[in-house]
Amino acid sequence: MREKLMYFLGAVVAILFVRNLYVILNVLPDEANQGAMYRIMFFHIPSWWTAGLALMLSAGTSVAYLRTGKLKYDTISVSVTEVAVVFLFIGLTTGMIWARIIWGIWWTWDARLTSAFVCVLLYGGYLILHNGIAEPTQRAKISAAFNLFAFADVPIVWYSIRFWRTQHPQPMTLPPDMWSALLWNWLTLILLMTIFILLRLRQEEARRDIDGLRRLVHAHA
Amino acid sequence: MSFWSQTATILMKDLRAELRSKEAINASFSFALVILLLFSFAFDPSEETTREISGGLLWIVFVFAGALILNRSFARELPNDCLDALIAAPLPGSALFLGKALANLALLMAVEAVCFPVFGIFYNVNWTRQFWPLLLVVALGTWGFTVIGTMFSALTVNIRLREVMLPLLVYPTMIPCLMSAMKLSAHLVGGEPLDSDVMVWMKFLIGFDVIYTCLSLMLVEMVLVG
Amino acid sequence: MTPAVAAEDVWKYYGDYPALREIKLAVEPGSCVALLGRNGAGKTTLLRIIAGFSKTGKGRVSIFGKDARDTETRRRVGVLGHGISVYEELTAYENLMLFGRLYGLENPARSAMEWLDRTGLARVRDGLVREFSRGMRQRLAVARAFLHNPEVLLLDEPFTALDDRAIAVLQTVLREALARRCTIVLSTHQLREALELATHVALLTRGSLAYHGERTAEMLSDPGWLYARYGESS
Repeated sequence: MREKLMYFLGAVVAILFVRNLYVILNVLPDEANQGAMYRIMFFHIPSWWTAGLALMLSAGTSVAYLRTGKLKYDTISVSVTEVAVVFLFIGLTTGMIWARIIWGIWWTWDARLTSAFVCVLLYGGYLILHNGIAEPTQRAKISAAFNLFAFADVPIVWYSIRFWRTQHPQPMTLPPDMWSALLWNWLTLILLMTIFILLRLRQEEARRDIDGLRRLVHAHA
Repeated sequence: MSFWSQTATILMKDLRAELRSKEAINASFSFALVILLLFSFAFDPSEETTREISGGLLWIVFVFAGALILNRSFARELPNDCLDALIAAPLPGSALFLGKALANLALLMAVEAVCFPVFGIFYNVNWTRQFWPLLLVVALGTWGFTVIGTMFSALTVNIRLREVMLPLLVYPTMIPCLMSAMKLSAHLVGGEPLDSDVMVWMKFLIGFDVIYTCLSLMLVEMVLVG
Repeated sequence: MTPAVAAEDVWKYYGDYPALREIKLAVEPGSCVALLGRNGAGKTTLLRIIAGFSKTGKGRVSIFGKDARDTETRRRVGVLGHGISVYEELTAYENLMLFGRLYGLENPARSAMEWLDRTGLARVRDGLVREFSRGMRQRLAVARAFLHNPEVLLLDEPFTALDDRAIAVLQTVLREALARRCTIVLSTHQLREALELATHVALLTRGSLAYHGERTAEMLSDPGWLYARYGESS
């Protein structure tokens, strides 16, 4: 059933991507100041939004695990976080490409980039932590507790770095056709995120099954 | 037995054990001095530069040297299964955590108390002009660091990769606290009083301390009981 | 009468693997239960849950009707596990004072000295545990576990690796505790010492309770009888 869902979503994503790319590349005009390069924004901005969504989901499942003790929440949490980190990287990379072309530099320590980098470190730490604990119940509990600390940090990091310095383009108003392209691409990325999460979830559940079987074998040895 | 007397018992126990062996605190002092030395090669310590980077420099010294102390925090309970005895005792997890955090605060501030005069001498900086505000900022910043470090020490106590994981988890989480402390320290070491320019950082620092202290007190019992 | 220790339908999972399955156990006050079973059967897991070190997956454990993690309950329980649970960098006296204070004793100094006397450690009260011999540490561990006069005692393989002097101290202390109507649950491989003290016996095989009942004369004369009758076939 889940397989069918993944294939269906895959098809939808493929169609949407084709449609979006067509709109982005052909229909929308070049931007006044940035020329053609600005189009990367249609992937850059929704990537951040998708990553943010995934991180909220991750924090939610961590709370759910700590309250109920059901291991499935931990499985979902790690799958979602891994996908979130992927989208964080996409956001960082697209941003760096844009910056190289428009500003002439690969990186600058401004508010959003720095915050994003801190998030990558925090949740990368979560993934390393999760991978480094052998016993499943302990793994779930410790990772969930750390996830809450990391999630509490995200808004604090965001606001404090904003006071530190800002070079990032400020939020601007977009003409409606650009907004529409942005939102369509966001929808596509959300669906893509869902597919990745389902794939990762399947892998994680298989891992749990193997782990359980291994313990069973050892117990009867 | 009240919460606070149990907290005090744990605090005294940790301090007594550390001061008797002095393992972590000696390593911490030495490491702090080494970093201060190394920085003198990395930057040209002219007066102008030093004043600008003083906040950053000092806090980098504090967090790297301090990590040696925080690492030991719950790890010291592992030999002989002492942690089990503490969990079995009628001691709330929050009292255990608070006692250890306060002990760590004392040890860290002792290291910092040595670092400041040494820094003043090596880099020719008069850091005492805003002494009391500076002490407040150092105490608040160190508390933020201590709370995170002690909590994550509890979180990672039973993990194989504990020593590697602790810095990896602590440093990114601490970034807002560190930034605020650095900004405020640089300002105060330069002799400027606390004015409205920098008060926003004070608010961040206090906010960070409050949020993470509450979060730690809430979660520590659940983290320790398997 | 409220059982001193009660386990109601307790399951414990490590991941998806059940280390304990549907444990139902009621220990009456004043009895001494010898918890037997092969390595890996779940004895330590069960004891750790009763002691409040870990939580159940399903079901609950109560001590005198209250939850095992309750602060007041923990005051009435003494635990002697695999480790000695005393600090190397503190003296014998300081260790006992620490636990005396944590357990809220009225006069921790007096209780500490009393127990140092009983375990034959009074002369080394100001010695660091780091310098103690193994036997001395074990006796200090016993002092620590019994210091606050617990009504329920949980011991995980207490006779393993004890020297003869430490065994003698422990047996004396346990007999006195039973005379005071304390409740004891001890897991062990040393069948003879345990079965002498025990009033009841419980056998765990692969996480399930295979047998729970009074200790009989047959068990005492042939300690292997229980394993042969109720144990695993392999």
